[in-house]
Amino acid sequence: MKRFWLWAPLAGFVIFFGVVAFGLIRPDNRQIASQMVGKPLPAFDLPAGAPGRTGFSSKDLQGEGPRLLNVFASWCVPCIAEAPVLMQLKNQGVTIDAIAIRDRPEDVATFLARNGDPYDKIGSDTASRVQLAMGSSGVPETFVIDAKGVIRHQHIGDIRPEDVPEILAQLEKAR
Amino acid sequence: MIAEGGLAALWLAAALSLLQLIMGAVALTPGREEAGAMVRPVAIVQGLLTLLAFAALIAVFVMSDMSVKLVAANSSSMKPLLYKFAGTWGNHEGSMLMWVTILGLAGAAVAIFEHRVSNRMLIATLAAQAAIGLGFFAFLLFSSNPFERLPIPAADGQGLNPLLQDPGLAFHPPTLYLGYVGLSVAFSFAVGALVTREVNAAFARAMRPWVLAAWILLTIGITAGSYWAYYELGWGGWWFWDPVENASLMPWLAATALLHSVTVLATRDSLRAWTVMLAVVAFSMSMVGTFLVRSGILTSVHAFAVDPERGSFILALLALYIGGALALFALRVSTVKEGAQFEAVSREGALVVNNLLLTAILGIVFVGTLYPLFVEALSGEKLSVGPPYFNSAAGPLALLLVALMAAGPLMRWRRDRLKTVLNRMALPILGTAVVLLLVVVFAPPIGVLPTLGLILAVGVGIGSVAPLWGRNLRRTPLFTWGMVVAHLGIAVSLAGMACESAFTKETLVAAKIGETKQVGPFSVRLDDVEPVAGPNWTALEATLTASRNGGTAFVLKPQSRSWPNPPTETSESAISTRWDGQLYTVLGKQDEDGRWQLRLWWKPFVTLIWLGGGMIALGGALSLFGRVRRERRYHDRIAYA
Repeated sequence: MKRFWLWAPLAGFVIFFGVVAFGLIRPDNRQIASQMVGKPLPAFDLPAGAPGRTGFSSKDLQGEGPRLLNVFASWCVPCIAEAPVLMQLKNQGVTIDAIAIRDRPEDVATFLARNGDPYDKIGSDTASRVQLAMGSSGVPETFVIDAKGVIRHQHIGDIRPEDVPEILAQLEKAR
Repeated sequence: MIAEGGLAALWLAAALSLLQLIMGAVALTPGREEAGAMVRPVAIVQGLLTLLAFAALIAVFVMSDMSVKLVAANSSSMKPLLYKFAGTWGNHEGSMLMWVTILGLAGAAVAIFEHRVSNRMLIATLAAQAAIGLGFFAFLLFSSNPFERLPIPAADGQGLNPLLQDPGLAFHPPTLYLGYVGLSVAFSFAVGALVTREVNAAFARAMRPWVLAAWILLTIGITAGSYWAYYELGWGGWWFWDPVENASLMPWLAATALLHSVTVLATRDSLRAWTVMLAVVAFSMSMVGTFLVRSGILTSVHAFAVDPERGSFILALLALYIGGALALFALRVSTVKEGAQFEAVSREGALVVNNLLLTAILGIVFVGTLYPLFVEALSGEKLSVGPPYFNSAAGPLALLLVALMAAGPLMRWRRDRLKTVLNRMALPILGTAVVLLLVVVFAPPIGVLPTLGLILAVGVGIGSVAPLWGRNLRRTPLFTWGMVVAHLGIAVSLAGMACESAFTKETLVAAKIGETKQVGPFSVRLDDVEPVAGPNWTALEATLTASRNGGTAFVLKPQSRSWPNPPTETSESAISTRWDGQLYTVLGKQDEDGRWQLRLWWKPFVTLIWLGGGMIALGGALSLFGRVRRERRYHDRIAYA
């Protein structure tokens, strides 16, 4: 029994090695679609995610041409990396709404002041309920929502400059 | 010519490290001991050759030789001289060469100065050191040649990331690297001890100065890195739980545990297997840290030039060294005899608890840093783990550890009584209670962790000087002073962290020229915003006049800088340091109405965080100096007896 435990550190290391080796060889841009893609957005009515903003409800999206719904948080580092790209999308005329996950409005305000504010509406999802209902499990994630309120596309992770053409194409498809 | 000379020196050094490994291995087989005579001189020459190669690289950078690819890609002829110099290691290839150079010099230093352990063990240690060196030589020569020439010399270089054009860069990476390499020597000693089956107090005494030195440098590196991020990134925070920060924190945690367990082994000949294990883990953490930073496998605010091929190479080295050492551990450690026994309530017992808590915190940071990767491997989802996890998981354990830190040094070796320990602890406990009362009665409501941090800081501050009570201070050994100063430094740093998170005042305002805004006790007036130019940047500079409760006015000049080469914008914060904290100001963008965004913070006692870090390092230095001096005296006494 004692001898077995002596090998435990090596076993732990082998697991670590497997995980990072997988991380290194994984193909880039591999995206797994949420179960919710193609289904209507779950109904929600969230309080405002930042001071001085209105609340955000799923009804706000009815009849409003394709939009992006960005799931983010002020405490998330990739969200900082993503912020300039979202600003660029906004400047190209894309409407972006956001749901702030497990966040405080004052922290969101600070985040937006630092990294720019590309958002039309911001809802606050303090218990991740809406996030989970949408089939999103992490931040940041971005959804393309069409005029009928149907989820048409999901982007997992931060949107990088090289992802922008794909996002724009998906928005065009959802028109 | 200089570049070719450097490359030749590098190849020669690589060949010598192969020779050192082979000769070391031969000398360990029975009947071939005479081969060991070569190992020491070879290690010394190898160290000198790596130094020569590194000097050659510095020379091509300082001379701005644009026919060398690395210089063209990372330097520019109009850069100030200091940054040309520091730019040598501000890039992947240069920093790896620096790593190998320090490794080579450390091997040479072991070969010259180490006389405490048996010759057999020294040879095994130097052979292990050569094996590590060989891997990194291969890495440099086959995948990251720093001396590669361009077919056509470039007209001028592409410049260095402006965030890195800071005096901090000149010293931050070398300090951390020295720390990592110090741990590699500890690792080599551990491997040497396992191979020769000499895990004992002499091994611990030989390894201890290296662990101490590495730990001091890691402490300085982390403290300096934290301050650099604080004033350079302009986010007002001092620790972000970013993967790259964690990569330097993890080796430090392991080294802190090792530092304490090696003392038990050196003094009491206990914790043999555990100390060897920690020596392996500490170096593993430096390798894992290097791997995480260099492979770009985790998203980080630190942008390094990343390359999956290089990541694979470091991962292969990691598998070879760490996997090999852990297998050796599993095979050999059962032959290590159990060390001296001790009671649960004793100095050893307290140090075991210290080690368990440090290891648990290390585990939490490790899991949190790698969890996103793990989830992605299993389910393909990407996520990020933020400060809420680290603070709530590691924070309470760290506070518990700090509380125990006050008690440990007050216990006797081998056996003590709980009642007498509590008696010695009376004053620190009283101090804690008094501050708790003060905080509850007078302070505005602050969170649980900051409250605990604040009261513990005072109790531990008193507790950490308690070992000096009743002693003749002039006869107290230097290493005891070292422990006291380092522990006090932890208390000081903790006080700074608690004050910063409990009492910081922050405002984000849009101000017109001439407008006055309030933050904490300060009123800050925006006088002017004007363009200014530096050697290789232009900036908008705000002039802020601040005064505290209507007192003497002083001027702060935060800047928003633009760099042409490569095109980047950075904000240079302006900080005014008072005895009881810092006023931190950042200039943002101008909005449509012509108002300027200003971010203002008043951070009471924030400077204690880095002052404490400096004290911890100073304590380590006193301890190192005291140990070396005592051993030299002891050595001399034997020699002349």
